[in-house]
Amino acid sequence: MKIAITSQGNSLESKLDQRFGHCQFFVTYDSDNGTIEIIPNPYHNVEEQAGALAVKLLSSKNVAKIISGEFGLKVKPMLDSLKIQMIILKDDSKTVQTIIEMLNKTYSKEE
Amino acid sequence: MNHSSLYLYRTFARFMPRLKIPRKVNNPPKVKGFKPYGVISEGEKLDPVILNYEEYEALKMCDYDMYNHHQASIMMNVSRPTYTRIYASARMKIAKAFVEGRKIEIEGGKVYFDSNWFYCKSCGCHFNNPEINTSVSACPLCGSSEIEQHFEDTTTSQENINDDMCVCPKCGYTKKHMRGVPCRNERCPSCNTPLVRQNP
Repeated sequence: MKIAITSQGNSLESKLDQRFGHCQFFVTYDSDNGTIEIIPNPYHNVEEQAGALAVKLLSSKNVAKIISGEFGLKVKPMLDSLKIQMIILKDDSKTVQTIIEMLNKTYSKEE
Repeated sequence: MNHSSLYLYRTFARFMPRLKIPRKVNNPPKVKGFKPYGVISEGEKLDPVILNYEEYEALKMCDYDMYNHHQASIMMNVSRPTYTRIYASARMKIAKAFVEGRKIEIEGGKVYFDSNWFYCKSCGCHFNNPEINTSVSACPLCGSSEIEQHFEDTTTSQENINDDMCVCPKCGYTKKHMRGVPCRNERCPSCNTPLVRQNP
């Protein structure tokens, strides 16, 4: 299962971005084989519809869950109808690395 | 609603119709529409009847789930008279489609889809459950089972930006107005005066 995390920078030490559509980078983590991919967000400077465009980008990559600080009002119903789970983490001190470690523990337990 | 439309609404409120409150849809339809078969008078192509999501939901609540209009209106987050109007419109559209042999297409309407939100006590995250049929037992992030259902969705508070208040005219007691419950039917807990509505 693929999980997307919004990130402020292009390394694993960078912190979770609190915005969804306007975040700098998306980090996708595949819990089946442990691969990590860093995608720069092409829409982080777009003024309008950044969230909707980001949803399209991530859904084309078959992401099942998205971890971010906040989701906008337009994004929520879109993700709901696409059956993508939203996880809101208001703690911006966590780095992408720690989140991936947390996910790793959770999904290795399940199998 | 974005900021510019809110600004327009506040400035020209006297000249504009009231904004529609978004209706909550819990169970979106499984199909996109319905088609008649065995049409007797062939040839002319009839326009389909467009049934909105909110109308589908209203019909389902009342005639399939057997809730009364008041209960259903609370679940859709609209007032009881508004619910009844949506329901009446749904029946009219379906009757029209049946009698005239038109297609029914289910689309559009001012709605938002709501899935259940949960809160994890161990890592402090909020998450939703997009699969209505399966239940959630553990946090998707840290795997802890210490989760609780989160009813008051803090993240949709922007949506309730023009929520009205019920105010006591005597002592100034205020509470948040609940749609479907008229303010005058509620009493102030300290001086027992009927409450009145106040716009923010």
